[in-house]
Amino acid sequence: MKTLNRRDFGVDFGLALAAAVLLPVTTARADDIEVHIDNFVFQPAELKIKVGTTVTWTNRDDIPHTVVSAGKFRSKTLDTDDKFSFTFTNAGDYKYFCSLHPQMTGMIKVE
Amino acid sequence: MSGHDHGDDGVSRRKVLECMTWAGTGVLWTITGGVPRSLGIIDSAQAATAAASGMTFLQISDSHVGFDKPANPNALGTLEEAINKITAMPAKPSFMIHTGDITHLSKAAEFDNADRIISQSKLDVHYVPGEHDFLDEEVKFYRERYGRGTKGQGWYSFDAGGVHFIGLVNVIDLKAGGLGNLGAEQLAWLEDDLRGKSKSTPIVLFAHIPLWTVYPEWGWGTEDGARALEQVKGFGSVTVLNGHIHQVMQKVEGNVTFHTARSTAFPQPAPGAAPSPGPMKVEDAKLRAMLGVASINFKQNEQRLAIIDTPLQG
Ligand SMILES: [Cu+2]
Repeated sequence: MKTLNRRDFGVDFGLALAAAVLLPVTTARADDIEVHIDNFVFQPAELKIKVGTTVTWTNRDDIPHTVVSAGKFRSKTLDTDDKFSFTFTNAGDYKYFCSLHPQMTGMIKVE
Repeated sequence: MSGHDHGDDGVSRRKVLECMTWAGTGVLWTITGGVPRSLGIIDSAQAATAAASGMTFLQISDSHVGFDKPANPNALGTLEEAINKITAMPAKPSFMIHTGDITHLSKAAEFDNADRIISQSKLDVHYVPGEHDFLDEEVKFYRERYGRGTKGQGWYSFDAGGVHFIGLVNVIDLKAGGLGNLGAEQLAWLEDDLRGKSKSTPIVLFAHIPLWTVYPEWGWGTEDGARALEQVKGFGSVTVLNGHIHQVMQKVEGNVTFHTARSTAFPQPAPGAAPSPGPMKVEDAKLRAMLGVASINFKQNEQRLAIIDTPLQG
């Protein structure tokens, strides 16, 4: 397993993937949710999910993006078709954005 | 970042930049008198005339080395075409500035490739970073190569040909929902840098993201850019050179001329003309007319910098 070496607090991509692989044991696969990045927009821009859900973002643009929620999670730079997953284990509102194109914002509401 | 102090700071007249727009490689800037105007496509003989008197420097931008998507499968190749155009110029410019997004993904090999090509120009190059140059895990590749002698996150100034050049960094610490960002530390440094400068000194500010608000819906502007512009307001001639939007755009406000350069890699749509600011795929035959460099000429005793945008291909 890779070590956490990012300067910003974040969840390692490898860890997040591992979590996604382990999850089906305890959680229905149907709970996992996809967010697409198309034309510099997170779609859907707002999601309501249950605790334990894994959300996977896929960048479908020709330009790299990131998925960042201050103090909560931070993806690596996602090039075209790259994915980032995060499992939400705590309830709350998670605002996030792309640190390269800060006009791109989204929200995950976990209950 | 060696300075280019060509001495002779005896600029007593009001200086403003003049912009002549070629169609596409880099921007050739010249400092002469008059109001910024576009000359359309000019040939190299005219460029040579402009360059023959006064100090000339070049601007290239957004080379995105490593980009290989349909909008331009060979961004390194078009950068090389731009550099070849520069090498072929009849009069050698004093130096070049690169307004960021040297690479597409901040990979070491991308920086190395960019440097291998750009160094063929045999010109001193003054860089500022784009957001694509700070993507490596430790954010060190740009700084290792271009950060020497700079302050803070990479800002600096130097003098050349009687003009004071200031390279700013506005791609760091961007806030959700916001635009480009200079930050308090950099603005304080700028104030310090300008202190005691004669108001007749022509100022050139360059940064990656436009310092003026071009189109906030696409993030094309700088949150606290107005605070930097406020500080240079009293100067007789201010020229603001940016990249990021991959197209030529110009505006004059009083003594301040704003100019954005073409990319050497791929064009982006005009504000609001497409669903997003992503790379614009054009017919192969048209691509090179939308890429380019700019040449800027400064003449003592005249009032404006003349900017010539040159396409890779008319
Ligand atoms: Cu983005």
